[in-house]
Amino acid sequence: MIYRESGQYKTSYEADRAVFPLRQDRIGIAVIIAAAYAAGVFGSDFLLQAVLIPFLIFSLAAIGLNILVGYAGLLSLGTGAFMGVGAYACYKLMTAFPEVNVVVWILMSGFFSAAVGVFFGLPSLRIKGFYLAVATLAAQFFLQWSFNRIPWLYNYNISGAIEAPLTTLFGVPITGATATAEARYLVVLTLVIGLTWLASNLVHGRIGRQWMAIRDMDIAAELIGIRPLHAKLMAFACSSYFVGVAGAMMVFLWYGGAEYNVFNIDQSFFILFMIIIGGLGSLIGSFMGAALIFMLPIGLGIVLPAITEPFGITVGAATIEHLRFMIVGALIIFFLIVEPHGLARLWQIGKQKLRVWPFPY
Amino acid sequence: MDLLSQIFVEPFALMVEMPDLLVQTLWEGFVSGVLYALIALGFVLIFKASGVFNFAQGIMVVFAALTLVGFYAMGVPAIGALVLAVAVMFALAWTVERVVLRPLVNQPDIILFMATFGLTYFLIGFGELVFGGEPKQMITDELMLPTGASDFEFGGGYVRIQHLDIAAAVIASIMIATLGVFFSKTRIGRALRAVADSHKAALSVGISLNQIWVIVWFAAGIVALVTGIMWGARSDVSFALQIIALKALPVLILGGFTSIPGAIVGGLIIGIGEKLGEFYWGPIIGGGIESWFAYVIALIFLLFRPQGLFGEKIIERV
Amino acid sequence: MSLRHLTIAAIAGAIVSTTALVAPASAQTQEGIYVPLLTYRTGAFAGSGIPIADGMHDYLTMLNERDGGIGGVPIVIEECETGYDTKRGVECYESVRAKNPVVVNPYSTGITLQLIPRAAVDRIPVLSMAYGLSASADGETFPWVFNPPVTYWDGASVFVKHIAEREGGFESLAGKTVGLLHLDAPYGREPIPVLEALAEEHGFELKLYPVAAQDMQNQGSVWLNIRRDRPDYIYLQGWGAMNPTAVREAIRTGFPIENMIGVWWAGGDEDARAGGADAAGYKALSFNGAGTDFPFIQDVITHVHDKGLSQFPRERIGDMLYNRGMYNSMLIAEAIRTAQEITGKSVVTGEDVRRGLENLNVTEERLAEMGMTGFAAPLDVTCENHSGNHDVFVAEWDGEKWTVGQDWTEPMTERVRPLILQAAQDYAAANPGWPARTETCDN
Repeated sequence: MIYRESGQYKTSYEADRAVFPLRQDRIGIAVIIAAAYAAGVFGSDFLLQAVLIPFLIFSLAAIGLNILVGYAGLLSLGTGAFMGVGAYACYKLMTAFPEVNVVVWILMSGFFSAAVGVFFGLPSLRIKGFYLAVATLAAQFFLQWSFNRIPWLYNYNISGAIEAPLTTLFGVPITGATATAEARYLVVLTLVIGLTWLASNLVHGRIGRQWMAIRDMDIAAELIGIRPLHAKLMAFACSSYFVGVAGAMMVFLWYGGAEYNVFNIDQSFFILFMIIIGGLGSLIGSFMGAALIFMLPIGLGIVLPAITEPFGITVGAATIEHLRFMIVGALIIFFLIVEPHGLARLWQIGKQKLRVWPFPY
Repeated sequence: MDLLSQIFVEPFALMVEMPDLLVQTLWEGFVSGVLYALIALGFVLIFKASGVFNFAQGIMVVFAALTLVGFYAMGVPAIGALVLAVAVMFALAWTVERVVLRPLVNQPDIILFMATFGLTYFLIGFGELVFGGEPKQMITDELMLPTGASDFEFGGGYVRIQHLDIAAAVIASIMIATLGVFFSKTRIGRALRAVADSHKAALSVGISLNQIWVIVWFAAGIVALVTGIMWGARSDVSFALQIIALKALPVLILGGFTSIPGAIVGGLIIGIGEKLGEFYWGPIIGGGIESWFAYVIALIFLLFRPQGLFGEKIIERV
Repeated sequence: MSLRHLTIAAIAGAIVSTTALVAPASAQTQEGIYVPLLTYRTGAFAGSGIPIADGMHDYLTMLNERDGGIGGVPIVIEECETGYDTKRGVECYESVRAKNPVVVNPYSTGITLQLIPRAAVDRIPVLSMAYGLSASADGETFPWVFNPPVTYWDGASVFVKHIAEREGGFESLAGKTVGLLHLDAPYGREPIPVLEALAEEHGFELKLYPVAAQDMQNQGSVWLNIRRDRPDYIYLQGWGAMNPTAVREAIRTGFPIENMIGVWWAGGDEDARAGGADAAGYKALSFNGAGTDFPFIQDVITHVHDKGLSQFPRERIGDMLYNRGMYNSMLIAEAIRTAQEITGKSVVTGEDVRRGLENLNVTEERLAEMGMTGFAAPLDVTCENHSGNHDVFVAEWDGEKWTVGQDWTEPMTERVRPLILQAAQDYAAANPGWPARTETCDN
C-alpha cells in the first residue's frame, strides 16, 4: 500500500536505470543513514564499540570479498591476509609520514593490498574453482608468516605488534586509546558509506558487468570481447582494495593495535560466511550477512545464559561457548537449506510481497 | 653471492656431508606424507562421489579420535571403543546425508562447501561439550600399536625409525589397498564410480544416490578415524589437530580433487618436499616456512597442470 | 514456503531479543567487587587454559565461601571465554568494561597488548601475571599495567643461570650451543633479546627453532634441525598443544630430556605427562609450588570442591597450572586487600586497586597467614618496578609429578632491568602522544 511505484513516472532513461528506482527506497536509505548517524550521538559505548563499529568494518570487508566471489565468481580464502596487508601498509605509512592525516592513509593503504591482491590473483588466469581457492590459501599463509617474521613491517617493535598512535581529525582524536567510540564510529560510518557508494557504482557499471559475464561463463565472456586477464585482475584489485581498507580500519579505528594472528585464516572464513549467508553478488547482502554472522555469537552469548538461568541451571562460560559453536554451525546449515541465495534474496522477496500488499492477486 | 651459495651449494654439501640426516629427513617426510595423504584421501572420497569439498574432514579426524579415547575413558575396553567409534562415524555419515546433503541436493558447489563449514562448527561445539576441550592421550598400547624406535647405523651416523611410524605406513597402505579393491571389485564400489562419473546417469540406472553418499561419508569417517589414531599417537588428541587438515589442501591441488592415487603421490611429494625445504633451505630465512612452503610446491605444479597431477582434464565448452 | 516464513520469523525474533538483551546486559551489576576473568576453555590452547581458569576461579570462590569475600565484601566472579583469540578477548573486555571491573586478567599476551594502551584511559588496571609485555614492568611508563612476579626476560636469565650452574660456572658456557624452541609468535620470541645479550657475554651460541601455530603438533622438521645442530640445552617457550608435542618429540629423537628446560608456561602436568615415564628429568621454571601440601589448598578442597562448586577434577588438584591459576587469584585478592587498607573503603574501584597493586607486599609472614609457606616466594611491587624480578625455581618432573620448589633462584636483575627500561622508552617513543605518568606514588 505504502510501498509501490504507482504514480512515479520515469521521464528519462537515467531515472529508469537508477539504482533505487522507487522513491520509497530512496527515502528508506536516507532514513537509515540518518539513523546511523544518530546512533553515533545517542548510542551507548558498548553498542558503538562492540557492535556497530565492527559490524560496519566487517560489512566493508564483506563487500570487498563479494566483488571477488559474488560478482566475479573467483573463490578466495585469503581475505584475512589482505586485510592484514592494508593494516600493515597503513601502519608503515602512518609512522613514516605522521604529518599526513590518518584517514588519507587508511584510504591509501587499500592500494597496497590491491597490488598484493593482483599478484596473488595471477594464478586465477589458469586455475578455477576450488583449485583457485586453495591457491589463495598460499597467499593467506605466506602473508601471515611475513607479518610475523619481517620485523620491518612492525617497525622492529619488541612486542611484535602494531599499535595505533594518537591522531586527530579536525582536532578530535580518532585513533589511539584516547579516541572516543563516538568519534571513531562517525569516521567509520562516513568511510563505509562513501566506499559502499563507490562499490555500488563499480558493480553497476561496465566493469561490474564484465565481472558478472566472467562469472556466468568465462569462455562466452571472452568470445564477446571481454579480456579475462583484465577483468579478473581488476576484480582482485578492487576486492583487495576494499578488504585492505577494512583491515586498516579494523586495526586503527576498532582494535587500536594488532598482532599478526588477528589476520589468520579464521578471519578469512568469517568474512566468507558473511557473504554466503548474506547473499552472493549483493551489496545489501554483505551488510545483512555481516550483521547476522557477527552479532549472532554475541547475541547467543547473552541470550543463552538468560534462557537457562531462570530454570536454575547455571552453565559455565565454556558450555555456553560450546553451545554457541553448535548453534552457529546448525544455523549456517539451516540458512543454506532454507535460502541458499542468502538473506538478500529474502529481502527481495519481502519487497516484492510488499509491493502488492494487501491485494496480492 | 653469499645468498646464492646458501641456496645452491650449502644444502647439497650438507646432504653429502651428513647422509644419515638426509635419510632421516626423507623418512620423516615420507611418514608425514603418508599422514597428509590419509587426510587428503578423506577429502577425495567425498569430492569424487558427491562433489562436496568437505571442509569438515579435519574436525572429523579429531572427532573420531576423541570418540575412541572418550569411550575408552568411560570404561569401554579398547576394542569395544574402536567398534563404538566406527558406529559413531556411521551415525554421523547417516545424519549428514539426511540433514545436510539431501536438502541441499543440486545446489552450487560453494553452498555445499559452506554447509560443511557449518558442520565443522557444530562438531567442534559438540565434541567439546561431550568430551571436554583438554587434550587427551591416544590409547596407543591398548590398541596394540608398537612404540619404541630402532636405530640403524648409516653413513657415519644413525637413522632412527619409530615403530609407530612403520605401523602408520603399513596401516595406511593396507587401507588404501582395501579401498582400491572395494572400489574396483565390489558392486557398491562400481556404483560409486558410476556416481562419480555422472549423477544423472547413475540415477537413471537405478543407483541410490542417498545410499552411496552415506557409504562415502562413512568411508571418509573410517579414514578420519585411522588418521586420528595415527596423529593422536604422534602427538595428542586435541582440537589443535584439526588445523592439520589445512596441510592436506596443497596435497589436494597437487594430486587433483578426484584422484585417489593423486592423493597418495601428492601427499608424499608434499611431505618430503616440505621436510627437505624446511630442513635445508628454511634456515636461510629463519625457519618456520613449513606453513606455506607446501602451497608454493603445489602452486608451481599447478601452473603446469591446472587440474592437478592426476585430476580429470577439464574440457570447457560454451 | 513455510520454512521460509519460519526463517523470517526466527531472524526477526533473534534481532528483537538480541537488541532487547544487549541494552540491559551492559548495565547490570551486582553487589560486591567485580572481578572478570578472561579465560579459555575451548580451542587449540584449551589444554593449558582449563587448569588455569579453574584455579583462578576456585581460589576466589574459596575466599567467598570461607571469608565471605575480601574485607567482608563478596567478589563477583565472571568468566568470559576468549578461546585465546585476540578478537574475542577484546569483545570480552568491552562487555565487562561497563560493569566497573577492578582489575582485568587477559591471560593472553595478544590480548594484553591490545589492552595496554586502553588501561590508562579506561582506568582499569591490567594484571598480566608473568606474561604480556616484558617492558610493562616499568611503572613510570606503564602505570596501569602489572606483570608480577617475573617477566619472560627474568625467566630467560634464570635459565642461563641454571645451565651455568650445571656446567660449573658461567665461564664453562663458552662454546656451548643453546637452542630456543619457541612458538612463532610475539610470545615465543620474548626471551630472544635477553638470550642474545647473555650469549654474547658468555660466549655460547644461540640457535632459534620457531614452531608455527599451525605446526604445533607437527614438529618433525624442527626436531631434525635440533638433531643436526646438537644443542647442549633447549629452552622451551611454548604454549598449548605445542608443549606436550615438544616433550614427546624430544624423547622420540633421543634428545636428553634433562637438558630441556621450559618456561613456566611449558610446565603443565599434562605437558610433561605426554612423555610418559621417559619424561622424568624434564624441567620447567616455576614461581609456585605444585602438589596439595599447602594449608590453603585444603581450604579450597573443603570450601569449593566438597561443595561441588568447581569444575576441576578432584584428582588433578595440585597440578602445576591449577596452582598457578590460584597464585594469580591470590595476587588479585591481595591487591584488593591492600587497596582496602590504603583507602579505608570496603568496596574498591579500579583506581584503588591500581594503588593496591603498586603497594603489593606479600611477605613471608603474610604467606604463612594465607597458608602458602613454601608455595610462593615473598613478593613486592613498587611504583617503578611493576614486576619485581622475583625468585623462581627449576621444577623437575619425576615421571609422576612436579617436584616441590627448592633452590629459589634470583633473576639477573642488573642485566634485565636496563633492557626493560630501554624497551619501555622505545615503546613510548613509537607511540607519539603516549601519556606521561600522572598517578601519584603511595610509597
